[in-house]
Amino acid sequence: MALASPPIASVRQTHGEATTTLQATGITKRFPGVLANDRVDFDLRQSEIHGLLGENGAGKTTLMNILYGLYQPDEGTIFLGGQPTQITSPHDAIAQGIGMVHQHFMLVPPLTVTENIILGQESLQPATRVLGRLSALDRRGAAARIRELSHQYGLDVDPDAYIKDLPVGAQQRVEIVKALYRRAEILILDEPTAVLTPQEADELFVIMQSLVRQGKSIIFITHKLREMFAVTDRISVMRGGKMVGTTTPKQATSEMLAEMMVGRKVILQIDKAPAHPGAVILRVDNLQAQDDRHAMTVHDASFEVREGEILGIAGVQGNGQRELVEALTGLRHVVAGKVELLSQDITHATPRAITELGVGHVPEDRHKHGLVLTFPVRDNLVLCTYYESPFARGLVINAAAIENEAQKLVKEFDIRTPSTDTLAGSLSGGNQQKVIVARELDRPVKLLIANQPTRGLDVGSIEFIHRRIVEARDRRTAVLLVSAELDEIMTLSDRIAVMYKGRILDTLAASDATREQLGLLMAGVKGGAHV
Amino acid sequence: MSNTTVSVPQASRLRLKIGPRQLLTAVFAAVGAGAVFLLFNAIIGGQCDSQCVIGTLNQSVRYAAPIALAAYCGLMCERAAVINIGIEGMMLMGSMVGYGVNVYAFTWMKQNGMDAATAGDISRALALGLAVVSSGLLALLHAVVSIRFKADQIISGTVINILAVGLTGYFYRQYLAQNIPPGPGTFPPFDIPLLGQIPLLGAIMFQGQKPIVYFMLVATLLIHYVLFYTPWGLRTRAVGENPRAADTLGVNVYRVRYINVLIGGLLAGFGGAWFTLEAVDVFNPQMTNGLGFIGLAAMIFGNWTPFGALAGALIFGLGNTINTTVSIFRPDIPSQIPQMLPYILTILVLTGFVGRAIPPAADGQPYEKQ
Repeated sequence: MALASPPIASVRQTHGEATTTLQATGITKRFPGVLANDRVDFDLRQSEIHGLLGENGAGKTTLMNILYGLYQPDEGTIFLGGQPTQITSPHDAIAQGIGMVHQHFMLVPPLTVTENIILGQESLQPATRVLGRLSALDRRGAAARIRELSHQYGLDVDPDAYIKDLPVGAQQRVEIVKALYRRAEILILDEPTAVLTPQEADELFVIMQSLVRQGKSIIFITHKLREMFAVTDRISVMRGGKMVGTTTPKQATSEMLAEMMVGRKVILQIDKAPAHPGAVILRVDNLQAQDDRHAMTVHDASFEVREGEILGIAGVQGNGQRELVEALTGLRHVVAGKVELLSQDITHATPRAITELGVGHVPEDRHKHGLVLTFPVRDNLVLCTYYESPFARGLVINAAAIENEAQKLVKEFDIRTPSTDTLAGSLSGGNQQKVIVARELDRPVKLLIANQPTRGLDVGSIEFIHRRIVEARDRRTAVLLVSAELDEIMTLSDRIAVMYKGRILDTLAASDATREQLGLLMAGVKGGAHV
Repeated sequence: MSNTTVSVPQASRLRLKIGPRQLLTAVFAAVGAGAVFLLFNAIIGGQCDSQCVIGTLNQSVRYAAPIALAAYCGLMCERAAVINIGIEGMMLMGSMVGYGVNVYAFTWMKQNGMDAATAGDISRALALGLAVVSSGLLALLHAVVSIRFKADQIISGTVINILAVGLTGYFYRQYLAQNIPPGPGTFPPFDIPLLGQIPLLGAIMFQGQKPIVYFMLVATLLIHYVLFYTPWGLRTRAVGENPRAADTLGVNVYRVRYINVLIGGLLAGFGGAWFTLEAVDVFNPQMTNGLGFIGLAAMIFGNWTPFGALAGALIFGLGNTINTTVSIFRPDIPSQIPQMLPYILTILVLTGFVGRAIPPAADGQPYEKQ
C-alpha cells in the first residue's frame, strides 16, 4: 500500500501544554469466554485528534462502548476533567459531554434534520411548557440554533431537509451536529470514513480540524493507515484486548503500525506480476436490474472480463454493486440487457446452471448468502458440488468422500477450526471467509466473482485472501472484484471500473489510475462535470 | 438572515402536514363517497332527497366512530412499532363490560333509592369508564407479552381476540343472556352549540350525535397534535422508525411503547363502548363483527395518520349506513349484497387504491437492548 501524501495540509499549531480531558485507566471488560479489554489505559487531551487503530475484535469497540456508557467496565476507572466518574448509559455520556457518531448512523430517515437533532432533548414553545411531554415543539427555534452551530463549525446542513433525501456525507454531518447540539466536548467517531468517498473523507478531516481548533477533542477510529497520518495528533493501537502502545504520526510508519496491529510483520504490498489477459470470459451488455423496492439500480452496465485479469469495480456502497453481482450470478431478475459467459447466454440462467458453467461466487454477506451457519464446516465446503460424484452416489450422500475433501481443504486453505464437524457459525469471520473461498476456488472455475471479499476481516486474513485471488488470476481465471475499499481495488485490480448510481462511469488501467481520479469518479464527476 | 426567509414556506408546509399525498387521499375519499352515494340512490330508485342525504351522512359519521377509534388504537400502537391485531378483542371486551356495568349498576343504584335519571347518568358514565379500563387491561397484556417478553405480536393479538371471545361469551351466557333487569338505555344524543350551526357540516357532524362520536372527533385532533407537534409524538415516531437511534438519545423505548399501546387500548375501549352504550341497548356475542379489523384497514388507508384514518373510517361508515338504508327501501334485494359493500371497499383500499402506504420501519419488531 503506497502511502499517498496527506491530501490536505495538516499543519496545525501544536498546543503548548495539553491538558488531559478524558482518561481511562486499567479498564477490564470480560464477556463469557472472552477478555475484551485487558487493563487498557487510554487518554485524550484537550483539542487533539487521537486515532485508535486495531483489527476487528481488538477491543476498540468495547472500549468506546464503555466510554459511551453502553457497557460498564468490570475493573478500571474513567476520569473526566481529572475527576473519577461513572458513565451509566449513552444518555449519561451525552450529559457528561461525550458524543458518539456510530458507524451505522443513528438517524430516523422519515424525520427532518431538526427533528432528528432535537429528539430526546426537544426545545418547547415557552407558552405551552406546562404540558410537559405534550407541549408544542419549537421547531423554528431549534432550526435557528442548528444553523448557528453548522455555521460555527463549517458543517453544512439544512435543518428542514428530510434525512432520507440526504447523501451519506450530509447524514454524517447531521450526526456530528447532533452531538454538538448536546454540547459534546468529546466526540467519538467510529469508522467515519467507511461510507465516504476519498473526497468526502477529506471534507470530514477539514471539519474535524475546525472542531479541535475550537476546543473539541476527538477520538477517531479507523483501520485505514493513510487516514491516521492525515489527521491525527497521536495514534494508539490495540490488539487482542490490550493497548499495544501510543505513538505520533511523525514517529510512526505504516509498516510499524501494521506490525503493532497484527503482532507480526505484514506484507502490505501484494506481489503481483503484470496480467496477461486472454480471451473474453464474461461479457455484460447494457445490463439493467432493479433493487428490492423495484427501483432501477443498475443502468446499462457494460463491461467484459478476460481470462487472467482482475477487473475491479470501485464505488461507494449502495451504487448498484449488490444488484449487479446478484444479476450476474442468477440471484436477481435481469430486466434488460445480456450476460454472456464463454459466449453462452446466461442472462436468465439459474444460479446452479451458472455455477456449473464454472462461476465461483464469494457473496457480499457471508452469513446470509455465503454459508449455512448451522451446518458443519464439512458440509459448507461442498455446497456447490454435494450432488455430484464422488460426494453423492445416486441419491445418497457419500460421507467419507465429503470428509476427505473437507480435511484436504481445511489444510490447504489454513482454515482454523477445531474440526470439520464444527458449525460454520462458530468460526471467526476470517475463517468463515476462508471456507467460502476454499469452496469456490477448489472447483475449476473460469470466472470468480468476489463481492467485498475481505470486509470486516483482520489484516492476516485479508492478506491470505488477496493472495488467493491473485493466484487464481495467475491460473488464468477471470476475476471480477467488487469492493468499496479503494485500497483493495487498487492493490488487486488490473483494470478498474467505477460504478456510480448504477452506471459504469469509466474504466481505467490500474497502472494509470490515481486515488484522486477514482475518488472523483466515485463521486460522479467525470471530465470535470458532474453526471 | 436570508436563510430564514427561504425556509419559511417549507416550515409552514411541514406544520400543516398537507402535501400532495393528503390532498390526493381527500380527493379520492370525496370521489369515492360520491360514487357510492350515486350508486346507492340508483338502487333505491332515487328516493333519497336532500334531507335523506344529510340523514345518511349523519348516520355514517355515527357508524364511523368505532372504526375510527379502532384505527386510532392501531395507529398509536404501530407508530411505536407494536402491531396490534387484538383491537377486535379489546373492543368486544369493552362492549360487554359497558353493557353489563350499565345494566347492573343502574339496578343496584335504583334498589338503593336513587331516582332513575341520576342513576342512569351515573351508571352510563361508570359503564363507559370501566369499558375503557377493561380494554386497556387487554392492551396491557398485549404490551407485556410483546414488549417485555418479545413474543410474536401477531400471535399475541390473535390470542387476545380469542380470549375476548371466550370471556365475553362466558359472561354473556352467565349474566347477560336472559332475565336481565331493565337498564337505563344508551347515551342520549345532543347537539354541539356553535359547531352545530355550521351549514351542512353542522347537521352532518355536530347535531344529534352521542358523546363517543364527539369524543372520536376530538380524539382525531388530539392525536394529530400529539403525534406531530409534541416531544411525545416525536419520540413515538422515532421509536417506530429506528428505536436504536431513540435509545442512544436517552429515549426509553420500552416506556414509549408501553404507554402508546395502553393509550391505544383505551381508545379501543371507547370504540367498544359505542356498540352497547350508543348504538343498541343490548350485548350479543361477537357483536363487534370485525369492525376492529376494518379499523386497521382504515389506518392503512390513512397511511398511519389520524386524519387519513378518519377519512377511511367515514367511507366504511358510509358503506355500513347505505347497507341499512337499502334493506329498508328495497327489501327485494338480498340483504347479503349491500352487506358486502364495506368489505369490497376494504379490499379495494388494501390493494393499494390510494397509492403505497408505508408502515413505520420498525413495525412489529421487538426491541433488543444492546
